[in-house]
Amino acid sequence: MTISTGLVTTSYIASAILFILALGGLSNPETARRGNVFGIAGMLLAFFATVGGVVTANYAVLLGGLVVGGGIGLVLAQRVRMTQMPELVAILHSLVGLAAVLVGFANFMDQAVAPTGTAIEKTIHDVETYLGILIGAVTFSGSVIAFGKLNGTIGGKPLTLPGRHWLNLGLLVAALVVAWQFVQQSAAGGGMTQLLIMTGLALVFGVHMVMAIGGADMPAVVSMLNSYSGWAASATGFMLNNDLLIVTGALVGSSGAILSYIMCRAMNRKFLSVIAGGFGGGEGAPAKSGTAAQGDTISIDAAETAALLARAKNVVIVPGYGMAVAQAQHVVNDITKFLREKGVNVRFAIHPVAGRMPGHMNVLLAEAKVPYDIVHEMEEINEDFPEVDVSVIIGANDIVNPSALDEPDSPIAGMPVLEVWKGKTTIVLKRGMAAGYAGVENPLFFRPNTRMLFGDAKKSLDAVLKALREK
Amino acid sequence: MRIGVPREIHPGEMRVATTPDVVTQLQKLGFTVAVESGAGLGSSFDDEAYRRAGATVVGDARELWATSDIILKVRPPAAHPVLGVDELDLSHEGQVLITFIWPAQRPDLLQQLSSKGVTALAMDSIPRISRAQKVDALSSMANIAGYRAVIEAAQHFGRFFTGQITAAGKIPPAKVLVIGAGVAGLSAIGAARALGAIVRAFDTRPDVKEQVQSMDAEFLELDFKEEGAGVGGYAKVMSLEFIKAEMALFAAQAREVDIIITTALIPGKPAPKLITADTVALMRAGSVIVDLAAEQGGNCELTVPGEVVKRQGVTIIGYTDLPSRLAAQSSQLYATNLRHLLDDMTPKKDGQLAVDFADEVVRGATVVKGHEVTWPPPAPKLTATPVKTATTGTSGNERERTGTHGDSEHTKHRMRPVKSGPGAMIAAVLGAAALFGVGAVAPAAFLNHFTVFVLACFVGYMVVWNVTPALHTPLMSVTNAISSIIIIGALIQISSTSQAVVWMAVATVVLTSVNIAGGFAVTRRMLEMFRK
Repeated sequence: MTISTGLVTTSYIASAILFILALGGLSNPETARRGNVFGIAGMLLAFFATVGGVVTANYAVLLGGLVVGGGIGLVLAQRVRMTQMPELVAILHSLVGLAAVLVGFANFMDQAVAPTGTAIEKTIHDVETYLGILIGAVTFSGSVIAFGKLNGTIGGKPLTLPGRHWLNLGLLVAALVVAWQFVQQSAAGGGMTQLLIMTGLALVFGVHMVMAIGGADMPAVVSMLNSYSGWAASATGFMLNNDLLIVTGALVGSSGAILSYIMCRAMNRKFLSVIAGGFGGGEGAPAKSGTAAQGDTISIDAAETAALLARAKNVVIVPGYGMAVAQAQHVVNDITKFLREKGVNVRFAIHPVAGRMPGHMNVLLAEAKVPYDIVHEMEEINEDFPEVDVSVIIGANDIVNPSALDEPDSPIAGMPVLEVWKGKTTIVLKRGMAAGYAGVENPLFFRPNTRMLFGDAKKSLDAVLKALREK
Repeated sequence: MRIGVPREIHPGEMRVATTPDVVTQLQKLGFTVAVESGAGLGSSFDDEAYRRAGATVVGDARELWATSDIILKVRPPAAHPVLGVDELDLSHEGQVLITFIWPAQRPDLLQQLSSKGVTALAMDSIPRISRAQKVDALSSMANIAGYRAVIEAAQHFGRFFTGQITAAGKIPPAKVLVIGAGVAGLSAIGAARALGAIVRAFDTRPDVKEQVQSMDAEFLELDFKEEGAGVGGYAKVMSLEFIKAEMALFAAQAREVDIIITTALIPGKPAPKLITADTVALMRAGSVIVDLAAEQGGNCELTVPGEVVKRQGVTIIGYTDLPSRLAAQSSQLYATNLRHLLDDMTPKKDGQLAVDFADEVVRGATVVKGHEVTWPPPAPKLTATPVKTATTGTSGNERERTGTHGDSEHTKHRMRPVKSGPGAMIAAVLGAAALFGVGAVAPAAFLNHFTVFVLACFVGYMVVWNVTPALHTPLMSVTNAISSIIIIGALIQISSTSQAVVWMAVATVVLTSVNIAGGFAVTRRMLEMFRK
């Protein structure tokens, strides 16, 4: 069975529309599930149209590849814990990057599909191939490193080589020079060497770029790699003269770019300085702060925390990466349920960069079955803090640091933060007095209306829940 | 070092400078604690409770004073009614005395202390800076006084505070006017609101308006421009015209309200007379005035300090010991204030007290060090003008609020993406030039794709801004799945005649199908969890 080129093209149009609807559905959790179905439909449509219209041989290996790959994918999706989502997303990005590299090389090697047009068309095609592989390779190696960092295999501290900006610049110049050589060689029928050299350069660049980025910037980096995987698909589409790839790649690329922008804005950082890296590893950062936070913290125990919560009318819970690490989201939900049944107004405040990935905290809370209508964004809830009786900070630090607003010299100055200190009482759950990822002291801990509940978040909250129930 | 807590000897004083809970914490700082027998009775802490907390209970005040290195008290030293000697004579050289002292009113006391070589810290002279809030005993006591003022008023007011519709008729809610919205005033507003009264408040400092409104009370304003905030966030003396307008306002209010609570104080000056005898006459019979400024002469002309009097049918309460009338609460807060101060002064937690003048709080509070009078302290480094900086205001709460309010304005400003005119222009020009360059050389086929690409970027931009931040993670996983549309590239290549190309295509199919299946499945799994 073969499908005509016209039908393949119209199927692609339908697929593109379905993909747009899939993204559009995410404006609301209710429509999002339907959107995901649209996405699957679009993918299936595009796949079968292509198989029917283009593929003429080797069906067996195609099917084999699909079964193996699909099987792995489904198992991964079932097995992954919600706290590991950032790692999963990072490793999936790397696959897209690697696929773009492979498609680029295969296309270059497959002389049958090489265009036979004018010199300028040939040059454009070569540049497209070159770019597709370049972006793909950067995405691949960058995502692998990001995976390692999120996973803990590679330390979270930024690797700051001396002269790293010069290294990046050198790599860029080298890539341009090699591109020029590649176009020359390709016209003469060669060019494979240049492609391989460039791939090597791109891999090094990807590794170096992500290695230089600190833990606090991870959400921005994961979004950026998301964006790159889209641009890689788009470049591949140009190379293959395939509009569906171009459209889909552009959708994904702009989506990732917007996420990166949101993340950078949430940290009041410039995108370029995130890329340049080096933030949050303590390049003497804490010392810079002239009025270093000092004074005494006031400790509290689980029973007192329970008493405070039971007496409160308005409670806001601010989760951070520490909640994910301690796997405390379920007991958080139990406490929330208990308090809500007692008539306490419990809400959650989510900072855009809480966790290691955009939306990380929302997913964890959703997993624990916290109703999403009591989970609020920073802008929605920040003004309400003066009315809040008790704010509970679970394993978050920089996102509730008042020095972002008070101290112009602070490394995180100007970063919008959740203004929990305006509430009546703030309870901070923390393992110890270590500084956050940004390496900045947090004066919040020394405020007179702050109470510290030291210990593992899960254990502390279990004790709080027990104390609440015993009342 | 040994801390001694004597029984308060001032008649009617029920408070005590430490509680059993605080005794436990003081021991953690390395101190040993001795308490005079019966010291806590007024606040319902018996000797046994102190003993259980680890304190030594000493029967004889002489012994206690003689054996202690640090004395914690509430009231300034005075003549001991039982022993017949002044408490000062019980103290000895090198001893540290921490208590309320009121150094401005008692220069004689400072002289006596310094001649004895007793180092004295006045809890009423703690500088009002953010860091010292946990030591700020004046605020603690003012908070209690404000609350108690409402309770006293309720006691003498023959009606409900809250309004009710009952079978026996309608009960209107009581109307309360609070003058001066400092710590005590705000506390009174809160207590009166909690009882259900309609509360109005007046203050000469317009910046407290927000705080009053945040307590759910109405802020009364004068149609008169004069800034009432003085140094340190306290009020200052106002001009004659202002006071006239103010009096007219109070007279008008007096006809309406049932209860007036006055808390107006100006540092170092007698309390301003705000409620004249004429104003009292305007009030309905059965009304109540609670004058929290009674000790400084009273805000009401008819106030008799320390007593409750009835004038023209209006009860005027002039108690000067309101915190002592809530002794257990006052003792708890005051003892905690003291504990925080001792904590600051014991850097090594080894029970060795250090009077370190580098610490602004300790410097401000120390009125006598050794044989030297160190009062008044040098002016604080932080000047206080409520509008300008974060570290100003009157009370703990006010300081926080004014400060942070300014900050949030500041952030809003920063948050706004900077759009500089020339920058945008340059970008537009560069973009146009780039488009022109592409259009000039690129072939038509490329331009078709390019058009699609640019439009798709815009569609993506529009669609993705609508995505709710809560779903950013599913957004990433679903975009990840659909970016594996790159599988189409592999499908185009898989029928190639070149064996190498076929196998690369197969590898791509495997990679992308991991992504497609994994991406969609995990997205689905996540979205299933988002439930109302």
